[in-house]
Order: sequence, then C-alpha cells, then structure tokens
Amino acid sequence: MSTTEVLHQDPHGHGGEHDPHHQHHFTTMEQQFDTSKIGMWLFLATEVLTFGGLFAGFGLMQNKYPMEFIEAHEKLKRWAGATNTVVLLVSSFTAVMAVLMARTNQAKKCAMYLWLTVGCAGIFMCIKAYEYTHDFEEGLYPAKYYSHVGDLIPGSHGYATFFSFYFMMTGLHGLHVLIGMGLMSWLAIRASRGEFSDKYYTPVDLIALFWHLVDLIWIYLFPLYYLIT
Amino acid sequence: MSTHTEHADNPKAEAVKYTITLVVLLILTAITVGASYINFGSGNVVIALFIATVKGIIVALIFMHLLHDKPVNAVIAVAGFILLGIFLLFDFLDVDSRTNPQPINLHPLPAAAAPATAGAPAAAAPAEKKE
Repeated sequence: MSTTEVLHQDPHGHGGEHDPHHQHHFTTMEQQFDTSKIGMWLFLATEVLTFGGLFAGFGLMQNKYPMEFIEAHEKLKRWAGATNTVVLLVSSFTAVMAVLMARTNQAKKCAMYLWLTVGCAGIFMCIKAYEYTHDFEEGLYPAKYYSHVGDLIPGSHGYATFFSFYFMMTGLHGLHVLIGMGLMSWLAIRASRGEFSDKYYTPVDLIALFWHLVDLIWIYLFPLYYLIT
Repeated sequence: MSTHTEHADNPKAEAVKYTITLVVLLILTAITVGASYINFGSGNVVIALFIATVKGIIVALIFMHLLHDKPVNAVIAVAGFILLGIFLLFDFLDVDSRTNPQPINLHPLPAAAAPATAGAPAAAAPAEKKE
C-alpha cells in the first residue's frame, strides 16, 4: 500500500475523528508527542554542554586562583543565593503541577500554576537584580572593569576572573529565566483559553522540561558560587 | 496517549508525590547551606557537589519524568552528561600535564628560531608574563 493510498483512507485511524493539533506527517498523536519530546531533550543536552564549558572554565580558574576565589565568593550574599534556590525549586514544583493539571483537563488550575511559576521566576530576577546592583556599587565588575579596592592580594587577576565567570554564568542563566518567563506567560494565556487537554499538552510538557533544566543549572551554580570555601 | 496518562490515573497521588519531592529538595538545600558553615577542609566541595548531584537526579527523575518516561529520553539526557564528562576529563588531563598553562603567545619566542622578528614579541612577552 502506497503512502498516498494511506492518506486517502483514514490517515489517523480514528474513524474520521481528527485532532486539530495532529500534523499529517505523524502517524499518531503519540508519535508526534514523543518526537517533540526527543527534540526537546536533544536541545537540553546541548544546554548541558553549553553550561558545562563554562563550569569547566570556572573550575580551571578556581584551580589557578584558589585564594582569590575564596575571598571573592565571600562578597556574594549567601542568603540571597539560598533564597533564590528555594524560589526556583518551588517554581519547578509549580511547573510540574501545571503539566499535571494540563493533562488532567483542569485548564484553570493549569493557568494558575503557570502564573505562579512566572511569579517565582520574577522573584528570582528581582533578587538577582538586587545582588547585581550591590555588586556594582562595590566595584565588583567583570574583567578589566573590576574596580574593588582592599583585596588581600592587590593586583591579582583572580578577583576579576571570578566576577567575569560569575556575571557570565549567572547572566546566561538569568537570560534563560527571562525566556522561561515569557514562554510560561504565553502558555498561561493559552491554558486559560482552554487550549490544552489530555489529548494535547505538548507545549506545557516541553517548556516545563526547559524550566526544570534552568532549575537544575542553578542547583549547581548555587553551591559553586555561594558555598564553596 | 495511553502511555503518558497511565500514571496520571490518580492525579492526587501524583500531586502528593511532587509535593514530597519538593520537600526533600528543600531539606537537601538546607543541609547543603548548613554544611557550608562547617569547615570540612576540602570535603566541603565534595559534600556540596554530592548534594547538588543528588538534587539534580531527583529533579530529572521525578519533575522531568525520566523515571516513568520512554527510555530514549533518559538515553539522550545521560549521553549529554557522558559527553560533558569526556570533555572535562581531557580538559583537566591537559591542564594537569602543564606546569604553566598560559596561551602560547604569552611566551617569549626563541630568539635563535626567528632572529628577524624576535625583537618585538620578546620585548612584549616579559611584561605580559607578570600576569
């Protein structure tokens, strides 16, 4: 049987019932869902490698400037980092709850959990902005703009290196949080329109995966920058 | 999509599972912050990264559904970390085998090898080497 014959019969085998989200190059909705998910996981794997390269660089520079890195890390506020960890963990929980609500046909609760996720991400960004402002006031800038005075090893490049990595990694992570906020808001609006159900919740599931990865990266950023002595 | 709804048959049980997961993650966060105030020497790094890894695995298995999902997704996730491991392994092997890991152009050129052009780089190099 040729492909055209299959298409001319019943392409989806549902006896005429056709999900509007079902794209014709997929045999079933399940295949479509699985394909999307594999694509998302591939993207997440590349994200792991992106941040992995930065973690490797951080590790090497910490090896080179151990004293400077310990001194520099004490300028970061441990309570701010810890609060942000809690906020992100809670937002991961609300994201996974949003997926659960989407696939059990509870559109209003799904939208509510998505907005809660956006709210948590907003709190995270506010705390981050407070931290950055405080750092800038003390002259804790990256690379050649570093202008903090009173370091124990004057003239060492270790301090500026630490803050270069700090702003690069938390900045890239913060960019992910901002993108996540945008995507979650878009999902929340779609969810409150009743666009997701147990038949189709792929976007909620995939963006929740992205959000968990953002959380996962912070789980490593937090101890490496704020806790290690 | 029967395979994806099989564990959503009981949404309440799912919600309870996620709540317990969140509580465990928060407790681990409290432990890792608490441990950072105690001096274990070089053990602090090991403890912090061990707890972070445990948290990461919990997030991946429960929140990211890898535990109940199709294995291919877990294969991709693990492959990503294996590739990262290979990268880190050779990265650190390389650095460990060098006494002075500097970019090659920071070293003075051997004067005998390029007598005509050695003047400028050799003069610039000592100043940069102080870094």
